[in-house]
Amino acid sequence: MIRATSRKTVVLTAILGLLGAAFLFVAMRSGPLAPVPVVVAEVKDMAVRPSLFGIGTVEARFTHAIGPTAAGRVRILSVHVGDRVEAGQVLGEMDPVDLDERLAAQNAALDRAAAAVRAADAQVAELRARATYARSQAGRFESLAESGAVSRDSLEARRQEFAVAESGLAAALASAESARHEHERLRSEGEGIARQRDTVRLVSPASGLVTRRLADPGTTVVAGQAVLEVIDPDSLWVNARFDQLRAAGLGAGLPARLVLRSRAGEVLPGRVLRVEPVADSVTEELLAKVVFEHLPDPLPPVGELVEVTVDLPALPPAPTIPGSSVQRDGQTLGVWLAENGEIRFAPVELGPGDLDGMVQVRSGLRSGQQVVSHSKSPLTARSSIRIVDRIEGGAK
Amino acid sequence: MISLAGRDILHSWGKFVFTGMGLGLLIGVTLSMAGIYRGLVEDATMLLDNSRADLWVVQQDTLGPYAESSTIPDDVYRSILAMEGVTKASNVTYLTMQVRHDGGDVRAMVVGVVPGGPGEPGQPTFLTAGRHITRGHYEAVADVKTGFRLGQEIRIRRNVFTVVGLTRRAVSSGGDPMVFIPLKDAQEAQFLKDNDAIVRSRRRTAENPAFNRPVPGLLDAVIASQSANANVNAVLVRLAPGRPPGDVAADIRRWTRLEVYTRTQMEEILVQKLVATSARQIGMFLVILSVVSAAIVAFIIYTLTLGKIREIAVLKLIGTRNRTIAAMILQQAMGLGLIGFVVGKIAATLWAPIFPKYVLLLPGDAARGFAAVMVICALASVMAIRAALKVDPAEAIGG
Repeated sequence: MIRATSRKTVVLTAILGLLGAAFLFVAMRSGPLAPVPVVVAEVKDMAVRPSLFGIGTVEARFTHAIGPTAAGRVRILSVHVGDRVEAGQVLGEMDPVDLDERLAAQNAALDRAAAAVRAADAQVAELRARATYARSQAGRFESLAESGAVSRDSLEARRQEFAVAESGLAAALASAESARHEHERLRSEGEGIARQRDTVRLVSPASGLVTRRLADPGTTVVAGQAVLEVIDPDSLWVNARFDQLRAAGLGAGLPARLVLRSRAGEVLPGRVLRVEPVADSVTEELLAKVVFEHLPDPLPPVGELVEVTVDLPALPPAPTIPGSSVQRDGQTLGVWLAENGEIRFAPVELGPGDLDGMVQVRSGLRSGQQVVSHSKSPLTARSSIRIVDRIEGGAK
Repeated sequence: MISLAGRDILHSWGKFVFTGMGLGLLIGVTLSMAGIYRGLVEDATMLLDNSRADLWVVQQDTLGPYAESSTIPDDVYRSILAMEGVTKASNVTYLTMQVRHDGGDVRAMVVGVVPGGPGEPGQPTFLTAGRHITRGHYEAVADVKTGFRLGQEIRIRRNVFTVVGLTRRAVSSGGDPMVFIPLKDAQEAQFLKDNDAIVRSRRRTAENPAFNRPVPGLLDAVIASQSANANVNAVLVRLAPGRPPGDVAADIRRWTRLEVYTRTQMEEILVQKLVATSARQIGMFLVILSVVSAAIVAFIIYTLTLGKIREIAVLKLIGTRNRTIAAMILQQAMGLGLIGFVVGKIAATLWAPIFPKYVLLLPGDAARGFAAVMVICALASVMAIRAALKVDPAEAIGG
């Protein structure tokens, strides 16, 4: 009987003891008494290579918008989007309206003017002959009058004839000059109309690729409106934008890595050609032009999105920590130092960091110290910690 | 001195322990219900803790950005930053949506934050793995509750983001896990129309003779202006130490003509307006469960006492005092309550993480629960004691 009772006591005590132990375990593993699992990282002296990340679009460096200089109707377009064209090639023509007729009229007028010049020249020749004859007659009568063979009256008549012939010649010369000027004027006008006729032809100013055909034959376009757009495909570059907050150090000549939206796995080498002198104040971005080291084949479409990573020169080694360890206590930036299983908040002054989240520390830490990089819950000065390799629910 | 209660318990220990455990599971459910209520309120305030702001600047006459939608221009923060007492002002967007990933989608609150240094307003407060957002585009920090892994690619509207960091307990007031992405991408996700809508809008615009006039570039400019949207949901403001939030809020309200909420007002909006009905619902369950628990405890103790009524009659017959019998029943009731509470606390702690929504078990709640269980057990034993004391000793020898 006694044995049965004592066995019952033992079993009951064991059950109650187990319950008590489980309760204690639960109380210590949850709630404010439970230690916070943390992952620590060592402060290491290392060189950080900052990079800048931006996005941009593929653009052509030279884009020629070809259109008429005067309002008119498109008559012919002989190229389509995607066609390769040569410099000087006629790509299409605007409707010349009455230009051809005006040119024909001008040519006719020019012929008429040329005939007028010839008539004037003939008249000059005739009057010149008359004047020569009148001069010789007047000379002859001079000598005859000296010898008294002819009357003074006849001499005066010959002199008057000579003066009239001279004047007639002068007038004919002037007429011929005038006819020649008229001819010249008409010729210039004709050339002007011919040049105007040339401008209705849409001529490519450079060799390239037709990228847009903005109007079709029959469409009326205004002066300056583009009908065709031709780009130089060999001059593709990336118009990239970088957040101003993180764009310190961006400059021409820096190496860049370009990833086209359509070729996500492929990294193309590039180079910053220039940083634009004017930034976008609305989007708070710096603008830069980045060129491909080798143009990709096939060529990317103009307007395709590109991710641009610009590598800045590596910084000299300094104590470096993961950016995830940096916390803010009120207005102070700092890290939780893990020392002998306890934690202490240490204010730090941060330097530059890289795109992998490593940040250099200017002051507040020395290499070899352990900082809390990840924690399962927010830490306070009174938190107790348990160092683990990785926190449950998230990979290290 | 022999403990009468102890001897009796020892006599039928199995019954006692199993009854205690059954009671414990009921108490565990009650404690969990209290935890669910606390979790609901905690989820609402967690959103405020995570945003690390002293003031929230939102659209005029709205309760935004959590309780009501709010849209303000994204350059307002500059004028706020210029105000006295303001040290930080950051744009932020919030959008609850389905985030797609390989093989499914997750409902999450996508938060667009200005990529800045650690501890900036809006940024996650701490990470459990990975790193913060360093690139201005296409990177995300997700809450572990989303189930995302580091390096996983997720799709938010038209862009693919790489998960670079994980955080914990970053949830919306509804308990949806948060996914932090760069502000510019979030603006695009929230305000930019989908491709089909853009194409239709372009066609509509092109067909409108008012916009499609033979003026070079006019149509393109109109379409570009239709496709762009420079809005955010709120501006998070952090104040200089010692600045009264009310004063700065009044200044901002006066000069920017926008609504400003302080932390206290935000808590009021979130707790009293947003989760109030759900909390009351759970509170009602809690009260009902407590009453049911009390009734069951009373019933169990009464049944246990009635079960040994003959033994009590014998005790009375041999001259045991009423106080001793009452103490025995009271001690047993308290013991039952103690076992029940311990089992309940263990059970609640073990099953709390399995719940889909956050269950917050506060030590204070546990202490209050313990006191309540003890009081209920003491009160429940009164009926049993009354029954025991009324027993006629003659019953011990009666048939």
